[in-house]
Amino acid sequence: MSGAQASAEVPKIRIRGLHKSFGDKVVLDGIDLDVAAGTSTVVIGGSGSGKSVLLKCILGLVEPDAGTIEIDGQDLARLGHRARETVRAQIGMLFQNAALFDSLPVWENVAFGLLAQGRTTRAQARVRAGELLAQVGLDPSVGELSPAELSGGMQKRVGLARAIAAGGRILFFDEPTTGLDPIMGAVIDGLIVDCVRRLGSTAVAITHDMASAVRIGDQAAMLFRGRLVWQGAASHLLDSGNALVDQFTHGRREGPIQMELRK
Amino acid sequence: MNFVGATGRAVLAGLAGTGSIVLFGASGLSHLLRPPFYGRLFWRSFVDFAYFSLPVVALTAVFSGMVIALQSYTGFSRYGATSAIANIVLISVVRELAPVLAGLMVAGRMGAAMAAELGTMRVTDQIDALRTLGTDPMKYLVAPRLLAGLLALPLLVLVADVLGVAGGFLIATAKLGFNPGTYLTNTVNFLAVSDVSLSLAKAAVFGLIVSLMGCYHGYTSRGGAQGVGAATTSAVVSASILILAFDYVLTELFFSR
Repeated sequence: MSGAQASAEVPKIRIRGLHKSFGDKVVLDGIDLDVAAGTSTVVIGGSGSGKSVLLKCILGLVEPDAGTIEIDGQDLARLGHRARETVRAQIGMLFQNAALFDSLPVWENVAFGLLAQGRTTRAQARVRAGELLAQVGLDPSVGELSPAELSGGMQKRVGLARAIAAGGRILFFDEPTTGLDPIMGAVIDGLIVDCVRRLGSTAVAITHDMASAVRIGDQAAMLFRGRLVWQGAASHLLDSGNALVDQFTHGRREGPIQMELRK
Repeated sequence: MNFVGATGRAVLAGLAGTGSIVLFGASGLSHLLRPPFYGRLFWRSFVDFAYFSLPVVALTAVFSGMVIALQSYTGFSRYGATSAIANIVLISVVRELAPVLAGLMVAGRMGAAMAAELGTMRVTDQIDALRTLGTDPMKYLVAPRLLAGLLALPLLVLVADVLGVAGGFLIATAKLGFNPGTYLTNTVNFLAVSDVSLSLAKAAVFGLIVSLMGCYHGYTSRGGAQGVGAATTSAVVSASILILAFDYVLTELFFSR
C-alpha cells in the first residue's frame, strides 16, 4: 500500500467512543464518526441531542470525558498544547448567530484569525478581508461597517468569510440557516457548498433544517439522546428506512421520538 | 439537620467561588507577563476607565470635600477647633473618601460595563469564537482590563484628592470665612507623602477589584439576557463590598499607627 493510498484511507476526522456528561445528564454516549477528507457530513437531531456539544468537543471548547478525536490521524488528546492548537487552527467555524465581534468593524472580524496569528500586517489583512467578503457575495465596502449594521443574512456571510479565512481545510457550521428566511437560507447553503467545493474542504454541519441538510451534505448522521442512531448518504435522509430519522425529517408528531419523550 | 447541611453547602459554595475568583485573577494577571500583548485593547480599556470615568469621580470628590468642610465646621466650632478643618478635609479626602468613593463610582460604571460586555460575548458565542480563531480569551479580554483597572484608578484618585481638597477649600473660604492663605498653608503643612502614596496603593487594589469582578462575573455568566443582568448586578455588588472590606484591611495595615 503506497503512502498516498494509506493517507487517502485515513478519515480527515475520526471520532471513537466519545462520551460527555454534564452532571447527571449524559449528552454524548459513545459517538463513533468518520468524516472523509473533502466531504460534507451533516449531523441532524433534536434540540438537546448533543449536536453542538459534539462540535465543541472537536473544537476543544468542551473537554470530553472519554473517547478519541483524531484529525489527519493525530489523536488530539495525545498532542501537546501547541501542536493541538496548530491542528485546530485549520478549522473554521460558522456559529449559529455568526458570533461576530461587536467591537470590531466587519473587515477586522473577517481577518481576526490572520491578525491574531501574526501572519499579516493590518494593511494586508484589510485587503484580504475585502477579497474574502467578495467570495461570499458581499461588497468589500461592507468591511467598514460594524456588525450591528448588518442584516442576519449578511452577518452569516461575514461569519462564513471569517471561517474560510484560515484556508478552510476543515469547516464547521452550527445551524447555518437558523433565523433566516427560506430564500436567504438557500443562498447561505449555496455559498457553503461553493466554498467547500472550491477550497476542497472537509465540512461538518449540524442543523434542524432538512432542506439545508440535503443541500449541504454528502453524508448524514442522526443524533438521538447522545447516540448516533443512523448514518448514511444525505440524499437518503428523507427515505432512510429508520423510524427515528423518518419521524424527524418529516416532522411527524407521532413516532418513536415522541414515545420516548412521553416515558 | 437541614439547617446545618444548608449552611455547610453555602460555606463550601462560598469557598469554591472565592477559589475560582482567585484562580481567574491569577490566570488573567499571568497573561500580562507572556506575549502576545494587546496594547490597543489595554489602551481602549484604560481610556474607558480613566478618561470617561473622570466626570463622575470629579463631581463626587468635589462635593465630598465640600460636605466634609461643612460638617466638620459644624462639629468643631462647638469646641473652638475650627482651625483643624483644613487638616480634617485633607485627611478625610486623601486617606478615605477619594479612593473609596472613586472605587465605588467606578465599580458602578466600569464593573457593570465590563460584566455586561463580557457576559454578552459569552452568551452570543463570541468568547468561543475567539478560541476557534486561535486567541486565548483570558489574554485578549481579561488581562488588558485587569491592567487598565490597576493603573487607571490611582490616576483618578490623584485627581479626586486634588478636587476633594479644593471643594473643602471653596466652602471654607467662600462660605465659612476662612482666610485662603492660612487654609492653604495648613493643608500643605499637614500633607504627608505617605498619605498620598498609600491612598494611591488603595486605589490600585480597588481598581484591580473592580476589573476582576467585572471580568469574572461577565466571563462566567450563563443563560442569556437574564444571566447577563445577574452578572452585572453581581459584579457591582461584589466589587462594592470587596472595596469596603479591603479598605478596612488596608487602613488597618497602613494607617492605624
